[in-house]
Amino acid sequence: MNTTIMLFLLQDGITNGAIYALLGLALVLVFAVTRVILIPQGEFVTYGALSYAMLATGQVPGTAKLAVAMGLVAFGLDLFVARKSLHARLVARAVAVDIVFPLAVCLLTYALAGPKTPIAVNIALALLIVAAIGLFLYRIAFQPIAHTSVLVLLIASVGCHLALQGLGLVFFGAEGLRGPALSNVALTAGSLRFTGQSLAVYGLTIAFIVALWLFFGYSLTGKALRATAVNRLGARLVGIRTTLSGQIAFLLASLIGAISGILIVPITTLYYDTGFLIGLKGFIAAIIGGLVSYPLTAVAAILVGTVEAFSSFYASNFKEVIVFTLILPVLVLRSLAAPEVEEEKD
Amino acid sequence: MTQRLPFIIFALVMALIPMVPGIPPFWIVLLDNIGLAALVAMGLVLLTGVGGLTSFGQAAFCGFGAYTTAVLTTAYGVSPWLTLPASLLVSGIAAVLLGIVTVRLSGHYLPLGTIAWGIGLFYLFSKLEFLGRNDGISGIPPLAIGSYKMLSPGAIYYAIWIAVLIAAVLTMNLLDSRTGRAIRALRRGHIAAEAFGVQTPRAKLLVFIYAAVLAGLSGWLYAHFQRAANPTPFGPQAGIEYLFIAVVGGAGYVWGAVLGAGIVAILKEVLQSYLPYIFGGQSQLETIVFGILLVMLLQLAPSGVWPWLMARLPFKAARKTPDTSLTLPAREGAPTTSAVLLQLDKARKQFGGVTAVNDVSFDVKAREIVALIGPNGAGKSTTFNLITGVLTATSGAISVLGRKVENAPPQEVVKLGVARTFQHVKLVPDMTVLENVAIGAHLRGHSGAVASMFRLDRGDEARLLAEAARQIERVGLTDQIDQLAGSLSLGQQRIVEIARALCVDPMLLLLDEPAAGLRHMEKQRLAALLRQLRDGGMSVLLVEHDMGFVMDLADRIVVLDFGTKIAEGAPAAIKKNPEVIKAYLGAAA
Repeated sequence: MNTTIMLFLLQDGITNGAIYALLGLALVLVFAVTRVILIPQGEFVTYGALSYAMLATGQVPGTAKLAVAMGLVAFGLDLFVARKSLHARLVARAVAVDIVFPLAVCLLTYALAGPKTPIAVNIALALLIVAAIGLFLYRIAFQPIAHTSVLVLLIASVGCHLALQGLGLVFFGAEGLRGPALSNVALTAGSLRFTGQSLAVYGLTIAFIVALWLFFGYSLTGKALRATAVNRLGARLVGIRTTLSGQIAFLLASLIGAISGILIVPITTLYYDTGFLIGLKGFIAAIIGGLVSYPLTAVAAILVGTVEAFSSFYASNFKEVIVFTLILPVLVLRSLAAPEVEEEKD
Repeated sequence: MTQRLPFIIFALVMALIPMVPGIPPFWIVLLDNIGLAALVAMGLVLLTGVGGLTSFGQAAFCGFGAYTTAVLTTAYGVSPWLTLPASLLVSGIAAVLLGIVTVRLSGHYLPLGTIAWGIGLFYLFSKLEFLGRNDGISGIPPLAIGSYKMLSPGAIYYAIWIAVLIAAVLTMNLLDSRTGRAIRALRRGHIAAEAFGVQTPRAKLLVFIYAAVLAGLSGWLYAHFQRAANPTPFGPQAGIEYLFIAVVGGAGYVWGAVLGAGIVAILKEVLQSYLPYIFGGQSQLETIVFGILLVMLLQLAPSGVWPWLMARLPFKAARKTPDTSLTLPAREGAPTTSAVLLQLDKARKQFGGVTAVNDVSFDVKAREIVALIGPNGAGKSTTFNLITGVLTATSGAISVLGRKVENAPPQEVVKLGVARTFQHVKLVPDMTVLENVAIGAHLRGHSGAVASMFRLDRGDEARLLAEAARQIERVGLTDQIDQLAGSLSLGQQRIVEIARALCVDPMLLLLDEPAAGLRHMEKQRLAALLRQLRDGGMSVLLVEHDMGFVMDLADRIVVLDFGTKIAEGAPAAIKKNPEVIKAYLGAAA
């Protein structure tokens, strides 16, 4: 084996793996808090990436209007649920979160969008739009059925994936898009070249892992989110607002998804339906991490990325087969190692 | 079959539909597709809804069925009917191999594992040369009877719907049997089922294979219906769609699968043909609306449409009462003398650094009621779990009638005639009292899954249900026999557990806090029942906190404190024992 090729493949694998790690983290986060297996995570990636790419060409992406529309639905639901105990503060909060926030984002997008808008502004706009969509997605689709079984939540999650993917085609068209790079810096170390883009990928991934670990391990909100995951009723009894926990989880997940999308869209062309497969690979990492451990998920994601890179070089036809069957032995080992506990399922 | 008439009407209606003059051909195609999807979803009902094992990979099994017949008929010229057993066999074997790996997975790992191999197999189908890669295999011959070839959708319609109806009957027969009860108990965790002799891994593998074979059958029909096979309909998207057919219809209900397939197929069809008229030619609009409608449907009826409909029907299906004159043979070799039934010799259980049971020794003789008491956390339930094989002992010996059981699995312990109840009630809440109690008699029946599908188990089944009904009568719950176990009060549920344990025909009955949640009169009735059982030759070991109940009933009392035995003796002596008083009331008392 040629060392240079190996190093290249390794580098490629680690860059991809870092993206999978980000997505894996988001999936773990959402599952841990809401028990939802977030299939639409891939849509957050494409929405973030393609909104950013469209903004870079000076156009306003349709996602901005989607955020406003979803906000209106969420507002309706909020008022309907609280119809027996409407008071001013509640309505004011609903107006602020469901109407003012997405409307402001949308208007801001229209005001700022143009061919000369700085990259940083475009990124901020794309992130705000996707964050709003993520937040309202939980409010509309999952909050009303938060008490049901993992299976029902999963099916609802598939429904959301279908709807969002279809909307993605409407907003971005069937043609793929590519966005401008975040920076044009490049470093050379031996025979390897590190672009500013890939360095940003590494940096952000590590930052997120550390941040999430600190957030869940040491902050009160983080602990409240974990408590919600373990026992919704118990969490409510000690005064945690479980619906808020779910919204925070979705907000974070959509942000992470959008960021990973923005990170990869300068490297590869993304299509409206690319997100699903990328999300699935993040998923594999999350599964290997057992849907609970952040560092393990990150390591697993790097592994998935590396295996993918090597198998696309040596057996490109069977790349996906290899990646997806990779997790079977891991699952068996994990399941054997897990302590025998009686689970009361619903 | 309890509901023959609606079934026959449904079958007749389905048979007559293609004969309606002027019926549009695409309706028939639609019904063909509904039938094909219903077959797969029916497997999922058993696997996911009833057995609690979620699988995203069913489409891959359809692929095995379809590709098997495609290869055999096109490359080797085998007749289509001969490939049917081959298709079923290949999907079955694939299920055995994948099942051995996957059904061991616990909790959420299982569905995730099925996604993984579902996708892996999809890519494998689309990369293998002899399966035609992405293009698949075309030119598959149609099914034929004599010279009549089933070329049109209307012709294969009958083949598909006969398969659906047969599969529905077999599935319902299976669920309404000894094996079916074992499968239905799986979803609530395995400890209770195993305590009555159910081999849970084998039961899980069984439903997994059954679901895969149904999917394989659907794939075989699909290949001869489309006369071609390519990877797309066997991919992860299809696997997910089958699952949501089952969930929308009502996972857990056989007819929910048919209804769900109908709802999903018709919804898609309607959206595809009418949405463009309303909104113009926007492509993908139907996926968006479909996704949104799906989420709304789940919010309205999270447990599925079928149970939602059934709850609104004005009439309820009547249940047959079992004929209690039938009897099962009694246990052989029950001890009549005052032999030692159960012997614990320095049994010890450590969890990490905690010693839950610390070298405890005691015995239970024939025709004796022994009470195991002690403050909370004394190790009483852990001792029960050691005896019944739920936990393995760290050291020490436990024997039943001289046979060592300390590391035997629960299924072996119950065979020796040791039956138990649980501190936290472990019944299947959506099964009736009768069905729950009949699980206790699991080991006294012999019919297997195949026999029950074809109703060859009726004699055996009638005897099991008769035994269950007799035990329910014995504990005084005959009025509740057809109620769902989950609807009873906690005290009554404990009594149901006792009836279930009695169905084992045990020599030794282990009762974990049987009187908790009972009223005074009910406690007295329970005490009378236990005395009557003892006089009939049974021994009872019970854990109980109600001291009045224990002192009145027990022949002998063993007291545990912090895992260690601190006293043993007759009730009168235990009451005066200073160690016991200290353990219960503290040193100052």
